[in-house]
Amino acid sequence: MLRLHSWHHRNGRLLPEGQFAGPMPWVIAIMMFLSVLIAAGGLGIRDAARHLSDELAGRITIQMVEADPFERARQTQAVLRRLATLPGVVHVERVDPQQLEKQLAPWLGTSFDTTDVPIPDMVDVDVASRANALSEITQAVKSVAPSARIDAHGQWLTPLNKLMNLLKWLALALVVLMAAATAFTVVLAARATLDNHRDTIDVMHLLGGTDVQIARLFQRRIALDALFGGIVGLAAAAVVLLLLVERVRGLGSELVGNIALTSATWTALILFPLGGTVLAMVTARLTILRTLGRIL
Amino acid sequence: MASIVQFENVGLRYGTGAETLSDVSFNLPAGSFTFLTGPSGAGKTSLLKLLYLALRPSRGLIRLFSEDIVTLPRARLPAFRRRIGVVFQDFRLVPYLSAYDNVALPLRVAGVSEGEIETPVREMLEWVGLASRANARPATLSGGEQQRVAIARAVIGRPDMLVADEPTGNVDPEMAGRLLYLFEALNKLGTTVVVATHDVHLLSRIAHSQLMRLDKGRVSDPTGALRNPPRAPQGEP
Repeated sequence: MLRLHSWHHRNGRLLPEGQFAGPMPWVIAIMMFLSVLIAAGGLGIRDAARHLSDELAGRITIQMVEADPFERARQTQAVLRRLATLPGVVHVERVDPQQLEKQLAPWLGTSFDTTDVPIPDMVDVDVASRANALSEITQAVKSVAPSARIDAHGQWLTPLNKLMNLLKWLALALVVLMAAATAFTVVLAARATLDNHRDTIDVMHLLGGTDVQIARLFQRRIALDALFGGIVGLAAAAVVLLLLVERVRGLGSELVGNIALTSATWTALILFPLGGTVLAMVTARLTILRTLGRIL
Repeated sequence: MASIVQFENVGLRYGTGAETLSDVSFNLPAGSFTFLTGPSGAGKTSLLKLLYLALRPSRGLIRLFSEDIVTLPRARLPAFRRRIGVVFQDFRLVPYLSAYDNVALPLRVAGVSEGEIETPVREMLEWVGLASRANARPATLSGGEQQRVAIARAVIGRPDMLVADEPTGNVDPEMAGRLLYLFEALNKLGTTVVVATHDVHLLSRIAHSQLMRLDKGRVSDPTGALRNPPRAPQGEP
């Protein structure tokens, strides 16, 4: 390793100085900028879907729709008692009727008579994430309140989850396409660099330099260019993402507001330039070795 | 004495054109000193390119250091090339390296440690009269200075064979004599030397040297191709 470093140190000037010249670092910066934004979108959507799922999938609302208010009250109490003892139920609570009336006020007004317009009792249940929790609760509720309606919030999530999954995979596909485009850019840049320095390569060959020695010189330079482009792209994307996150938080929407970037997501995004550098270095090495292999 | 170079019916053709070299056959004994002469376009540089492994022949057999070069796998060429020092006609110095680094390049390619490089490189630059220009880039050196850097680079690794294409073309007679003395000293240490030149005065300066003449891509007198050149007249170095 020391020897490799020494070779680089001593022979770095075999190529002209003035790195970060030419279009490649800037093309990589643009690719990295777009890749980070797309990946952040994909990871943000994934995190939001998980968050929503955690929040809603374990929640069930039971509507006691019995028309007779006394029977309805009896059934509600029976359901509360029954569910409180059921394994897997974390929390069970009757929704405050006054809160319900408040929610209905825009449609029914504030002075309606609940005997004329019967309002169902609502019971909120939080369950532990067990596969058969819903069926057990349904069975328990139906045994004491046959007319009760059971509404598992997780069911609402299915179409949303499908959309979010699609967007997540789309983001991944776009990141892969960006990586492929970056690799092609590196291939073109490596070929152009080899053409520009053909004389130096010939001399190196004729002095007994191996393809690997020559490839190291170029791959190191291309890796540095890629790292520079990657950091610039990441920095620009981070600024845009911070502004976006701030705006999204300002919306106050429970659904959209969940699209936040976690520290794990930021860590993954920060690794993007390193990934891009490794990709550029490996691509450059393979391209250069392949090209040199055609020269005697 | 064992042959270090063996050519048998070698032909060389660039693309689909006529043969640049045809039916070239000769042997060079290890430790020999050979001048290669001939008019411009005779094929001297092409022959040297075959010797320093920049080209493979279109036909025929070439053995170098007892190995068949024609079928030698490409991966083994670097090891052979490190045994050959080359002075290119157009010098081919790396433009981004100083004179010092150009001379040190073969040693670095061969993996010699930095501690073992400095002294021989400084001595070599001293020998070719460029000690004060060690840090100069090729673009700032005159043609003669570039040629001397190229020669220093070719001999720094004490190659088994030295191939030089018009090595004294850009230097004054005094420096030419000095450089030739360097080649002769190397030759005495066992290096096989092949020098292509138009300069007939050089031929007489090395005792026991051989002469090979190329004309229109052929060794003009196969039977006498490696005859001894005339001796240097009295008084001349």
